Amino acid sequence: MVSTSPAGPVMRAQSLSKVYRLGEIEVHALSAVDLDLYPGEFLVILGASGSGKSTLLNILGGLDTPSGGTVRYLDHKLSAANDRALTRYRREHVGFVFQFFNLLPSLTALENVELVTEIAPHARSAREVLELVGLADRLNHFPAQLSGGEQQRVAIARALAKRPDVLLCDEPTGSLDYPTGRRVLQVLEQANRELGTLTVLITHNSAIAAMASRVIHLSSGRISQTQINATRASAEEIAW
Amino acid sequence: MVSRLHRALRRDVWHLRGQVLATALLVACGVGVFTTMRGTYRSLVHARHEYYATSRFADVFAHLRRAPLALTARLRRIPGVAAVQARVVEDVTLTVPGLSEPATGRLISLPDPTRADGGLDRLHLTAGRLPTAYSDSEALVSQTFADANDLSLGAHIGAVLNGRWKELTVVGFVLSPEYIYEVGPAMVFPDNRRFGVLWMNAEALSTAFQMKGAFNDLAIATARGASEPQVIESIDRLLAPYGGLSAYGRDEQPSNRFLSDELGEIEVNATYIPALFLGVAAFLVYTLLARLVSIQRGQIGLLKSFGFAAWRIGAHYLEFALLIVSAGLIVGVAAGGYFGVALIGVYQQYFHFPALAYRMDAQVLIAATLVALGAATLGSLSAVARVVRLAPAEAMHPEPPRSFRPGLLDSLHLTRRLDPVSKSIARNLARRPWRATLSVTGIALALATVVVGRFIFDAVNHLMATHFDAAERQDVTVVFQDIRSPRTLASLRALPGVLSVESFRVMPVRLRAGHRSKRLSLVAVPAVGHLYRIVDARGKAIDLPPEGVVLTRKLAQILGVQPGDRLLIEQLDGRRRRFSARIVRLSDEPLGISAYMDSAALATILGEDAAISGARLKIDTDLAPRLYAELKRTPAVASVSIRAATITTIRQIMERSFIIMTTIMTAFGIVLVIGVVYNSARIALSERGTELASLRVLGFTRSEVTQLLLGEQAVLVLAAIPAGCLLGALICRMLVPAFDRELFRLPFILTRSMFAFATLVTLGAAALAATLVAVRIAGLDLIAVLKSRE
Repeated sequence: MVSTSPAGPVMRAQSLSKVYRLGEIEVHALSAVDLDLYPGEFLVILGASGSGKSTLLNILGGLDTPSGGTVRYLDHKLSAANDRALTRYRREHVGFVFQFFNLLPSLTALENVELVTEIAPHARSAREVLELVGLADRLNHFPAQLSGGEQQRVAIARALAKRPDVLLCDEPTGSLDYPTGRRVLQVLEQANRELGTLTVLITHNSAIAAMASRVIHLSSGRISQTQINATRASAEEIAW
Repeated sequence: MVSRLHRALRRDVWHLRGQVLATALLVACGVGVFTTMRGTYRSLVHARHEYYATSRFADVFAHLRRAPLALTARLRRIPGVAAVQARVVEDVTLTVPGLSEPATGRLISLPDPTRADGGLDRLHLTAGRLPTAYSDSEALVSQTFADANDLSLGAHIGAVLNGRWKELTVVGFVLSPEYIYEVGPAMVFPDNRRFGVLWMNAEALSTAFQMKGAFNDLAIATARGASEPQVIESIDRLLAPYGGLSAYGRDEQPSNRFLSDELGEIEVNATYIPALFLGVAAFLVYTLLARLVSIQRGQIGLLKSFGFAAWRIGAHYLEFALLIVSAGLIVGVAAGGYFGVALIGVYQQYFHFPALAYRMDAQVLIAATLVALGAATLGSLSAVARVVRLAPAEAMHPEPPRSFRPGLLDSLHLTRRLDPVSKSIARNLARRPWRATLSVTGIALALATVVVGRFIFDAVNHLMATHFDAAERQDVTVVFQDIRSPRTLASLRALPGVLSVESFRVMPVRLRAGHRSKRLSLVAVPAVGHLYRIVDARGKAIDLPPEGVVLTRKLAQILGVQPGDRLLIEQLDGRRRRFSARIVRLSDEPLGISAYMDSAALATILGEDAAISGARLKIDTDLAPRLYAELKRTPAVASVSIRAATITTIRQIMERSFIIMTTIMTAFGIVLVIGVVYNSARIALSERGTELASLRVLGFTRSEVTQLLLGEQAVLVLAAIPAGCLLGALICRMLVPAFDRELFRLPFILTRSMFAFATLVTLGAAALAATLVAVRIAGLDLIAVLKSRE
């Protein structure tokens, strides 16, 4: 279950464009982006702020629809889907990891994960996933009792618990310090390796690119460069 | 910079418009009820004061059998008596065009028009003219009676004057201060079609009733500073030889009495209903400001770091609260003006003044303003204090995440079996117990308001049912001009359509127990009554004991007596005997107060043959028109009342006033529930918007996320339902004494329908508020939550 699967792409974006209207001004957040995502790969989308990486992630995650072009998830055309279909897509196939964790403060770590396992059709055991992210001993802690890194690991467990076909991470280390951030990356790497989860991580931190199987550089809404890492650095080796 | 702060204020109002609106609406309700009720109260008090003064409404009234006019000179000499008006007053049966049943007319002699002082209880002519000097057939009719029967000037009314049929011509319509509330003898609710007051020349009336040079009724004005009890005592002494029935003051004058009772009731309503609304409004101001301050922590810190004084920024938030409340105040005052005019319109149907208009005077306005602004200040205190205390540096950081720790719920393992959504709901509620309690209290109060509105309606219904199904079961009641021999019953029985007849005697008496006394009618009826029954609290018939008296519970309270005690009874008519009687038991009829005695026992005590003053009839309704036609022309009959007509009239009155009251209370309840639920859900949404949007990102559907947020409100509403029912029952219990009057007593009854109705209304209103918030949930920005933290 490694990135070089001969199968076709899980997701395919073609000629994607996104235009926002901000009053009188039109902002081209994405222009003519073509991108295929393959099973099991670890893709890092690298870009400065305003490069369009978040917009791309939002469209891949079914949170936003493109202004032009198409996005397909297997045989589902996401670019033409309504809210109900997108919700279902997110619910059954996508795992999200946010920059600010976004856990429910009123639920314990275990319960935060269980919240998702209850609605997912083929969920993993909440306890097992929390064990996987190294929080077996923090199951009954509330978010306010956990460190930022621990919270983020709960969030990753929550995302993985539903057996997502694609795991989307939005600056997962953005609000963490270096050692904690690295620990979070290790968890993501481990999940990608052991569970074979297709992982898409967006960041402005170029150091993280070293652990990707593929890196896409985004600037001004266009893919400026695609790079395939023949050898992936392990998360432990990454420093910033 | 100050103007910039004001601009910020305007934007804040816009940003929080939903909650601002809910809060302002509640203030408007409170102020609206206050200005409506209080304004109506003051308008009525003012109208009464003016009318009594300009019409010279008498202070003391007395009825007697017959006394020579010369006696008035002696009455005038009583110390403390300022003016005396002697008149002839007689109740007769009337034949009114368009009315098949006989009506009862009270004929009153007009004062001598040449009298210099214009007399007491002056009439207000609304149309037509006074009868010409020597006319014996022209009459003035009360405007109320004329309106109810659609009489026009020149209409003819048939009357039996002392056994002689007479056709009277209506020449004018009038209002009298003695009949602002125009009720017939022994009636609680007015029946203006079947009871009316007419005025005729004194000469004509005294000739017809053989009262020439005599009088049988008095209106007396007392001098300023005179002692009314002493005046009454002197009058009674003078009138005793002439069949005086004991004088009484304004407090026992029926019209004034009803008006005062009604005013008392409005005053109660004008206090507790607005207090309820303003209390909840203060709570909403509190939650609104708390939310605003938490949203604007950064801004507050910034302003402080710029060097704005803490009090200046605190004042800004206070201003915000005052602004909202002022908006509510303005709307409330406007609504109060509108509803006040409407309510006065309702009162105009019962209380007939020459001039009655709704006026909202300065005192009402000032009071409303002070109370509303007071509520705003009270509500904003804690938030303003927080603003003042907030250190600039601390304020610049985002508010720390809400901290949840294992709480009581978890340590008691109460949450163990719940699914995560329910756990979250339970913990969110448990984390802010005070806020939850306040919300539950607000909703419970709203529900209780609806229960109370419904209670008044149901209680009056119940009262009617008890009284007319259990106590008064006759079809027709006939009262004679004078007491008669029981032989008269035979001629009543012979009338067309009469199925059965049951006699009664009503004897004016004064009951004395220690230093307390009460003037009323002793009712003597057959021991076992079929058409009229004396009932206990459960509506079951009480058989009269062979000796002793039965008192209405309320009367026993007034006299401070209980079963087993003895009463001194002074007969006020006839031979004016005095005797004592033992109180055997108490009765619980809901209308009026009475003392009952077995008619045979009374005859024995009086040492007279049994005498009757009227009879109750059960009739064949098919023959009713013929019976009524006969009764209209029967000289001995003073008044006829028809049960069905009375019930219809009371029902109409209930529809007009009690349904209005119930509707108002229900509407207010709905506004309260919407205000509280919307506000509380809106705050939850603002606190947990990010959380909910994250869940949407994770694939939760709109309805699942909505359930998570509204589940909390649902729990609050469900908790409020039993609390509100209980509270409603308690308030009803507390209200019952306020409706415990001589005229009528509301029974304390709790019906399932009361609670079911209030619960449904509450659930409906809560659902409406929830829908408003659910729309907001649908509009959550899913992308924004990925990047921002609040």
